[in-house]
Amino acid sequence: MPVALAQTSIRSAVEQFGPGWEVVAFVVAIGVHAALVMALFGLAPFFFIWAERKVAGRIQDRLGPTRVGGAFGWLQSLADGVKLIQKEDLVPKDADATLYKMAPYLTCIASLGAFIVLPFHDGWAAVVADVGLFLLFAILSLEVLGIVLAGYSSGSKWSLFGGIREAAQMVSYEIPLAITGLIPVVAVGSLNLSEIGRVQSGGIQNWLMFNDPFTFTAFFVYFVVATAGCKRAPFDLAEAESELVGGFHTEYSGMRWSFFFLAEYASMFLVSMVAAILFLGGWHSGLPFVFENGLNEKVVGLFGNASVMGLAIGPYVGKLFGLKVLILKASALVFVQIWVRWTLPRLRIDQVMTTCLKYLIPISCFLFLGAVAWPLILFTATGGPDGGQTRWGRPIGEKIAPADADEPSKPAGGRTDDEVAALDEEAAP
Amino acid sequence: MTPAPITLYLLVGAVLFVCGIACMATKRNGIGVLMGVELVLNGANVNFVVFSRYTELGLDGQITSLFVIVLAAAEAAVALAIALNFYNNHLTIDVDRGDELQG
Amino acid sequence: MSMDQVAGFLVGLFAIASCLGAVMVVLTQNVVRMAFWLIVSLGSVSGLYFSLHADFVAASQLLIYVGGTVVVLIFGVMLTASGPYQQIRSSPGETVVAGGIAVLFLALLASTVLSVDWNGGEVPALAEGYNPPEQGNTLRPIGLALLGARPDKDLGAPAEESLSTGYLLPFEIVSVHLLVVLIGASYLARAKKRSEEDPDS
Repeated sequence: MPVALAQTSIRSAVEQFGPGWEVVAFVVAIGVHAALVMALFGLAPFFFIWAERKVAGRIQDRLGPTRVGGAFGWLQSLADGVKLIQKEDLVPKDADATLYKMAPYLTCIASLGAFIVLPFHDGWAAVVADVGLFLLFAILSLEVLGIVLAGYSSGSKWSLFGGIREAAQMVSYEIPLAITGLIPVVAVGSLNLSEIGRVQSGGIQNWLMFNDPFTFTAFFVYFVVATAGCKRAPFDLAEAESELVGGFHTEYSGMRWSFFFLAEYASMFLVSMVAAILFLGGWHSGLPFVFENGLNEKVVGLFGNASVMGLAIGPYVGKLFGLKVLILKASALVFVQIWVRWTLPRLRIDQVMTTCLKYLIPISCFLFLGAVAWPLILFTATGGPDGGQTRWGRPIGEKIAPADADEPSKPAGGRTDDEVAALDEEAAP
Repeated sequence: MTPAPITLYLLVGAVLFVCGIACMATKRNGIGVLMGVELVLNGANVNFVVFSRYTELGLDGQITSLFVIVLAAAEAAVALAIALNFYNNHLTIDVDRGDELQG
Repeated sequence: MSMDQVAGFLVGLFAIASCLGAVMVVLTQNVVRMAFWLIVSLGSVSGLYFSLHADFVAASQLLIYVGGTVVVLIFGVMLTASGPYQQIRSSPGETVVAGGIAVLFLALLASTVLSVDWNGGEVPALAEGYNPPEQGNTLRPIGLALLGARPDKDLGAPAEESLSTGYLLPFEIVSVHLLVVLIGASYLARAKKRSEEDPDS
C-alpha cells in the first residue's frame, strides 16, 4: 500500500514527543492529505463555475454575476450552492431509487480519486506512485460509470439517451486520451508524474511540448480529447439541452444535480493539470530568472535553515511558488475550455464519433509511432554516438538519470549487467 | 491464533470464484452469465497475485494475471457481440430460449 | 495500534467489500444492479492488489475491468433490454440447489486453504527496485519481462545458469489476439436485419 508521503516530514516533527507516535504521524498525514485534496477538489469547481459565468457573460456582451460578494460577484458559486442545498431532492416514480441516488456519488468519487496521484510539486502528491499517470487515467475512466448509471436509473428516455451517448463517447475518447498521454511518457521513460515534471526543469525549451514535433502536436490532440473526455462543449452530447432536455441529469435536482457539476469542473481542472505536467513544464515556470532551484536557493538563503516544529521553511516557500505556477497553467487551460464552450457550436453525435474514430485515433497512433521513432531519427541524422551528443540527440532518459545512480546491489559472485548483456548477445542468432 | 494474511486473500479468491460459478449456473440473463465469468476470472487472478507476493513465484504471477485481465476484456467483447446477435435472433437475452438445437 | 494494523484494517475492508459485492451479484436479479455490485467487487479486488504491492496489476484492473469491461457490459444491457428495468428471474428451485452446491464448494475450498501450512505465515521481503516498495516497483520489471528480459531474476543469479525467458511471445500473441477479437466482435455485432416477428417496439 503506497503510504502518504508527508508522513516522513510529519513524523520528523512528532518524533520529538517520543516513541509510539508514528501511528499519530501516519493518521495526521492521511488527514492533511485528504483535507488538501478535498479542498482543491471543492475549491477548483467553486472558482471555475464563477469563471464560467463571468466568461460566458463577457463573451455574450453581458456582465455576468456582479452582486454576490462584491464587485465581481466572486461568491456566486457559494450562492448557487446554498440555493441548490435548499432544493427538494426528487426521485422520479419510474427511477431505480438506489442506483439513482448512488450515481452522483460514484461520479464524484471517481473525479476526486484521480486527484490522489496528482503531484502539485515534486513530491507533493498524496500518493507518489510508480504507475501514476496510468492510475490517474484508470480512476478517471470510472467517472463514466456514474453517468451511465444515472442515465439508466432515471427511468426517462432523455436520460437514457444521454447515458448511452456518454458511454459511447467516453469509451471511444479514452483511447486517444491514453495514447496521447503516453507520448510524453515515451519521451521521459517514466509513468511517475513527479518524474515527468522533474525532467522539464530549466528553460522553456525543456518543456516536453517542445521536445519534438510529435509531442508538440500531441499536446493539442490531448487537449481536444481531454475536453471531449470531460464532456465539455462542443462535445457535450450527453447533456445536449437542445435535443435531450438535460441529458443524463434531466431528472436530477438539488445537491445530487450539483454533484455532477462538481465532478465535471473538477475533471476539467484535473485534465488541465495533467496537460500542464505532461506538456507544459509542470511546476517549472520556464523563466530564466527562476531557473531550476535558483528561487529555492534564494529563499533558503533568506530564511536560512529556519524550521517550525522540525519542518524546514525554505524549500516549502519555493515549492509553494511552483504550486502556484502549476495552478496558473492549469487555470489558463481551463479558461480555454470555457472560451471554446461559449464560442463553438455543438457537434452532432455522429460527428463526435467520426472525429474520434476516423481522425483522432489515427492521428494519435501516428504521433505515438513518430514519438517512438524520433530518437532513432535524430540518432541517424546526427551520425551516431559522437555526432549524437547534441541536446536534441541525447536520449531524454539520461536527463532524469541521477548522476550518482544507485545500482541495485548485487551479491558477490553474481552476474553483472555486462555479463547479462554478453549472454544476451550469445543467445541472439 | 490470527490467520496468516495469505489465508484471507485466498479465501476472498475462493468466495469470488464460487460466486462466479453460482452466477453462471443460476442466471438466465446472458449478460448475468458473463458477469459470472468475470468473477471467476477475478477469483483466479487474486490467487495469482497473492502467490506472486507470498511465494517464490515472483513477478510471473502478476504477469499471468495481467494476461488474464487482457484476455477477459477480449472475452467480454466477443461474448457481448454474441449476446447482441442472440438478442437480434430471439428478441430476448434469456439464455434458456436458445434451445432450437434441442431434439 | 500500529501501522500494520492500519494496513490490515484496509485489507479487511477491501476483502469484505469484494466478497459482499460478489455475493450481491449472485443474489440480485436486476442486471444493472448486478453491474453496480460487480463494480464494487472488482474495485475492491483492485484495492487488494495495491495492498499486495502489485500496483500495475491493480491499475490495469481498474482501467480494463472496472472502466472498460463493466462499461461494455452495461452498454450491452442497454442494447438488449426489451423493456425498462427488465428482469429475467431464475426459478427458486434452481436457485436453492445452486446455492447449496455453491456453499458446499466454498466449504471445500475454504477447508483446503485453511489446512495448508503456508510457510508459517512468513512473508518474503520485497525485491529491491528502482523505487521504494511503497511507491511501487513492479512497473519496470513487468515492462522488461513483457519485452523478453528478466533482470529481476537474472541479475545476481549464479553465472552458470542460463538466462530466464521473458514474456515476449505471449505478449505478441495476446496483441494479435486482441486485434482478431476487435475485428471479430465488430463483425459479429454488425447491424443486421431483425428477424421477421420483430414487434414494433
